[in-house]
Amino acid sequence: MKVHLSHPTRDVVLQGPKRVADIFKELDLIPEAFLIIRGQDLMTEDETVADGDSIEIRPVISGG
Amino acid sequence: MRCRKCPKRAVLGLTRHNTAFCGDCLTDFVRTQVQRAIKAQRMFSPEDRILVAVSGGKDSLTLWEILLKLGYRVDALYVDLGIPGYSSRSKEKVEQFAKVVAEPCGSQLTIHTVEEDAGAGIKELANMIKRPTCSACGTIKRYQFNRVAWQNHYQVMATGHNLDDEAARLLGNVLQWQEEYLQKQSPNLPASVEGFAKKVKPLYRMTEREIAAYAVVNRIDYLVEECPMAKGAKMLVYKDALNRLEAESPGTKQRFYWGFLDRQEKSSSVAPSMSEIDQTTLQPCTVCSQPTTAGTCSFCRMMARAKTAVK
Ligand code: SF4
Ligand SMILES: [Zn+2]
Ligand SMILES: [Zn+2]
Repeated sequence: MKVHLSHPTRDVVLQGPKRVADIFKELDLIPEAFLIIRGQDLMTEDETVADGDSIEIRPVISGG
Repeated sequence: MRCRKCPKRAVLGLTRHNTAFCGDCLTDFVRTQVQRAIKAQRMFSPEDRILVAVSGGKDSLTLWEILLKLGYRVDALYVDLGIPGYSSRSKEKVEQFAKVVAEPCGSQLTIHTVEEDAGAGIKELANMIKRPTCSACGTIKRYQFNRVAWQNHYQVMATGHNLDDEAARLLGNVLQWQEEYLQKQSPNLPASVEGFAKKVKPLYRMTEREIAAYAVVNRIDYLVEECPMAKGAKMLVYKDALNRLEAESPGTKQRFYWGFLDRQEKSSSVAPSMSEIDQTTLQPCTVCSQPTTAGTCSFCRMMARAKTAVK
């Protein structure tokens, strides 16, 4: 699966299928600080991302 | 995961409330929470005219949208800081939102351009007067927000500060024991002497994640990119620490900040209120006549320094 990240902008490829919660673990990210978006839809932590999917892990924390 | 309110698929789990919502129920939940914040803190009424400061980010655009959806009389101010790349991209988001969402509701956008006013963008201006960019930026944004509110007779100024912002600021203030700042950490600061409208933070009950989720669900097209000056900001360290605590013990952020507000409310009958303190210390600036604690306000002093630096 393709994973798009921000701050800084980058793309990584992970082996799918994988649960959202496990993607957080694998990338060492705190779920409270991100949203997972597939297409235009949000995904919850128990959902599974298929190997062919593209998702965005969007940070929600701003510095201001 | 299913929505706890209806049979639809959930789009967000809210561990601090031990619940999960679908898109529609999340939208209801967030709007209800904002309305509750407005009522509980007596922020404003449907008759008041509100000016919201927008940056193009998720919080301020979401606040603008929610206040419109709740039927309030709200307009917005955007300050173009002149930061190469970032400013034009954020302005584009704000203008797009204004055109598509706000203007059809009769809501107006005002744009203040720092470069037109000061002859330079915020970075050069800060360099000229040898101050950190964010501190010069804060002075300018506060000043312009006050000025536009004052000149156009808005009763209320609203900002998109959320629970994470306020909890992080509280943590910072407590760690340094900045007691004079603690006083100002209310989501509703009353209008003081003439010229200062009251300042409110209607999103103080919502976490950043909930606001971002609301924005995605409601197709609010905001700028995900951050101001390049924000890198390494102390706030991010506090927010990260609080989110780690939140992961271990959901609800930590709200217990921390709301608990502080409860205590503040209990003690406010004894201590003089902010507006009482302001009344005795504020007077009109000798240059622009906006209220200030010094003879000349910090904005006018900054502009004077910039002018002499140019010569
Ligand atoms: S990060 Fe600093 S320069 Fe950028 S908008 Fe915030 S205060 Fe202004
Ligand atoms: Zn639902
Ligand atoms: Zn002045």
